[in-house]
Amino acid sequence: MKRYDTVVIGAGVTGSAVARELSRRKGRFLVLEKASDVCEGTSKANSAIIHAGFDAQPGSLKARMNVRGNLMMDKLSEELDIPFRRVGALVVCLREEELPRLRELQERGRENGVEGLELLSGEQARALEPNLSKEVCGALLAKTSGIICPFALTLGLAESAAKNGVEFRFDTEVTGLSPEEGGWVLQAGGEEVHTRTVVNAAGVHAGLLHNMVCEQKLAVIPRKGEYCLLDKTAGGHVGRTIFQLPGRLGKGVLVSPTVHGNLLLGPTAADVEDPDSTATTAAGLTEVMEKSAWGVKDIPYRQVITSFMGLRAHEAGDDFVLAESAPGFFDGAGIESPGLSSAPAIGEYLAGLVTDKLGLEENPDFDPIRRGAPRIAELPLEERAAKIAENPLYGNIICRCEEVSEGEILDAIHGILGARTLDGVKRRTRAGMGRCQSGFCSPRVMEILARELRLDLTEIRKNGGDSQIVLKKTRGEREA
Amino acid sequence: MPIVELTCISCPLGCPLKVETDGEGKVLGVTGNTCKRGEAYGRKEVSAPERTVTSTVRVEGGVPPVISVRTRTDIPKEKIFAVMEAVRRAVAKAPVQIGDVIIKNVADTGVDLIATKSTEP
Amino acid sequence: MSQSGIHEIAIIGGGPAGLAAAIAAREAGARDIVILEREKELGGILNQCIHNGFGLHTFQEELTGPEYAARYIRQVKDLGIPYLLSTTVVDLRREEDHVAVTSVSRRDGLLQTRARAVVLAMGCRERPRGALNIPGTRPAGIFSAGTAQRLVNLEGYLPGRRVVILGSGDIGLIMARRMTLEGAKVLCVAEIQPYSGGLKRNIVQCLQDYGIPLKLSHTVVDIRGKERVSGVTIAQVDQNLKPIPGTEEDFDCDTLLLSVGLLPENELSKAVGVELAPATGGPRVNESLETNIPGVFACGNVLHVHDLVDYVSEEAANAGRCAARFAAGTLSGGGREIPLAPAGAVRYTVPAGVDPVRMDGEAVVRFRVGRNMRKAVVTVLAEEPGQEPRTLLRRKRPVMAPGEMEQIALKKEWLTGDETKITVEAREEDA
Repeated sequence: MKRYDTVVIGAGVTGSAVARELSRRKGRFLVLEKASDVCEGTSKANSAIIHAGFDAQPGSLKARMNVRGNLMMDKLSEELDIPFRRVGALVVCLREEELPRLRELQERGRENGVEGLELLSGEQARALEPNLSKEVCGALLAKTSGIICPFALTLGLAESAAKNGVEFRFDTEVTGLSPEEGGWVLQAGGEEVHTRTVVNAAGVHAGLLHNMVCEQKLAVIPRKGEYCLLDKTAGGHVGRTIFQLPGRLGKGVLVSPTVHGNLLLGPTAADVEDPDSTATTAAGLTEVMEKSAWGVKDIPYRQVITSFMGLRAHEAGDDFVLAESAPGFFDGAGIESPGLSSAPAIGEYLAGLVTDKLGLEENPDFDPIRRGAPRIAELPLEERAAKIAENPLYGNIICRCEEVSEGEILDAIHGILGARTLDGVKRRTRAGMGRCQSGFCSPRVMEILARELRLDLTEIRKNGGDSQIVLKKTRGEREA
Repeated sequence: MPIVELTCISCPLGCPLKVETDGEGKVLGVTGNTCKRGEAYGRKEVSAPERTVTSTVRVEGGVPPVISVRTRTDIPKEKIFAVMEAVRRAVAKAPVQIGDVIIKNVADTGVDLIATKSTEP
Repeated sequence: MSQSGIHEIAIIGGGPAGLAAAIAAREAGARDIVILEREKELGGILNQCIHNGFGLHTFQEELTGPEYAARYIRQVKDLGIPYLLSTTVVDLRREEDHVAVTSVSRRDGLLQTRARAVVLAMGCRERPRGALNIPGTRPAGIFSAGTAQRLVNLEGYLPGRRVVILGSGDIGLIMARRMTLEGAKVLCVAEIQPYSGGLKRNIVQCLQDYGIPLKLSHTVVDIRGKERVSGVTIAQVDQNLKPIPGTEEDFDCDTLLLSVGLLPENELSKAVGVELAPATGGPRVNESLETNIPGVFACGNVLHVHDLVDYVSEEAANAGRCAARFAAGTLSGGGREIPLAPAGAVRYTVPAGVDPVRMDGEAVVRFRVGRNMRKAVVTVLAEEPGQEPRTLLRRKRPVMAPGEMEQIALKKEWLTGDETKITVEAREEDA
């Protein structure tokens, strides 16, 4: 009987970080993911911020993991070859009487061990960010705050893990989990999987898995947040992430540049029933626009190119749950904000718990370096010419808005955890993420996917499940 | 006498036409039009409406998978779906030249179905 | 990176505008022209517009899109005008005596084409869903109408079986008929405005012929379905285009097609420093269709979105001729540009200004109005310092609509050159 040392459930940023840390040890590791790709849940739709760590309650796991995760990010982004920029953040205050709360926030940050916090006057803040509204009367500058591409981080972690020997299975949902002698048996995608330990990194579904095996129940509540993304022409509207101090009008929304040069607004916050629903609402999108204007003026709302909704896995105890909740069953649950910032630290922490439990040895062959596929359009002209000379397909532009070439799409499909869907290609290459939102390139990307994966166009999906894009040939075949 | 109401498509004005018939397809008169073209359109549209059908047919032997076609002239409107049925079954052999007859007298309309594009430039 | 010698004219885009510009430029005497086209064939969007209705003005006969394109492609080939296919222009730069056009392709790699004059003819793109902020899920089955058109007409695949269409522009109407003929059920076409932006003929022949309801003053307020679209909700809107609660109607469908507007595609224009006009989204041009960057001309849908391809060809031919004159050094600097000002219901004019010295007899001024009007009158007024405004032209129009492009000819002989402004106004006659 094949038995794994550890099965990680969920290939989001947490599961992928755990998997990569496990691959530093010798052992047989498997990641099970119910979606068709990495980063399909909470990890894909969030604020894309690496928080400094002044927000969480001192002493909480959130505070500890956030500050540690932030510290790890420079080295990690270099090892994984992913974009990460410490642009800094400003928490802006809109009312004089709330200024003391900025100081409290600074104090809390100090307690959490956050470096580089500085109180600014309204004028000082506007000197840094000319588009701050005139109501801004003070701000807390957090120099260590950064921005990242959540998908690139997750894919980088997962590919690094896969490169170092971790197996990944997609379209494989865990439907059953029970203890057996010396470990656990999982029902996964119609098969039994045996393992010595389990790491629960199932995001909004983590409560469900936990409650299958533990007496002490967890209440993971999906909490939704709606966002608007603006075109790159608006990307320079602010240079730093602008948060609002929660005030009289409630919690505001952030306005932030993204590593790809767009402007992001959001999120709203509301609890929802359905952990799989990512439907945006008219009210939510209006709220994003209204609240974003409180602290930042003249946001060009006409430049909105898309809106989306993300789900955060809020736990009733309001902290991360990182523990061996049953013998050999480790929770990485309740991972809401600052979950993305904390992921590297959570991975390190949970993998450490598993290592101690199983007495795993170090993997001497572990290679921390993972190289991302090159973004040809971003290379200097001479390098770009050389790349095209090497592989002419880098010269065949498929996505005109983001200038993504056929060569890059092939890299994405044939990578170690290759793209199998339109969204998979989109997230790896940015084909379809531009201003036309895939109107022009989607038929061409579909054709390439079909050709490379030896599928018919009718089998090409947008993402997982039954998300086929075209339904049948118009000629030469009968109705399916 | 039965009256058919139409919107004239001869120009952007879009006059609301009333076409009076004898109930057996014969037009007795057109009102609501503001010009002669409107009257002519009303008469034709009620007594013998015609349309051009455009579509694609499958190409055998290569790229592209389908090639665009049309009826060379208008065909009776009631024959549209009969033409489409013939179009669905038709197969053109590459190479196809623009103007080539793909189906002669398609669906017995007396009108040929022709290619509107060449398979090779 | 390889670099060309300096051509007379480089034309960016081999669609209807680029083709007509190239032919006219050659006929005006330019010998050394090159067309750069990103697709693998010439013809642009016409290749997927397989319906008829093209060419009535130009050829006095009714052609399909591919046939209309073929006539221009034939001429380009007969004239021996070179063209590069599957070649995407990624940068434009104005140098001292030429414009440097950087492109990439599989065949030529990174290439710099240099030309004394450049004609921008990149066309437009469709407004995507994101720009509308339609609430709901983001499953498979949401297409812009043009993407669906390409999938059906060029790839030969059916993108949906039960279809709702948002937007009654001509592409939306054409696709309603096309999908119906391919066996899909089109449940309705919703239009947020109280009128359709499409041609009457298309409303009759694409919707009424097949019993497809057109719901004016309606929009999509929700999209359902996790993996594939499972339904949409449509609601009536008030005068401010806001949905009216209580008017929602659910449709079970697997597909939503969007035909909600076209946007000139001017990223390259911006790269070279071309000034854009907010009302059109296209470059601000003068009587020679020249932008603020000397030697850079624009025409077709990259300049402003047209209703008929015939007008694209006509406009592009003018741009081609002017580019040829520029390349030959005969498009003189001229005198002073007189700004054209839209007034009344006129939203914009192309060109935005004229220099009488450079005018070649007359300048065609194209414009659109912002609302439906009956018994309208178009007036062109010239203002000169210290004088009463002078009426240059007054023309009655029984009907004017936002969906239709209008044009007038501004004669050189009407102008003194001392005008400070020329106003183009449209209003109701009795107003």
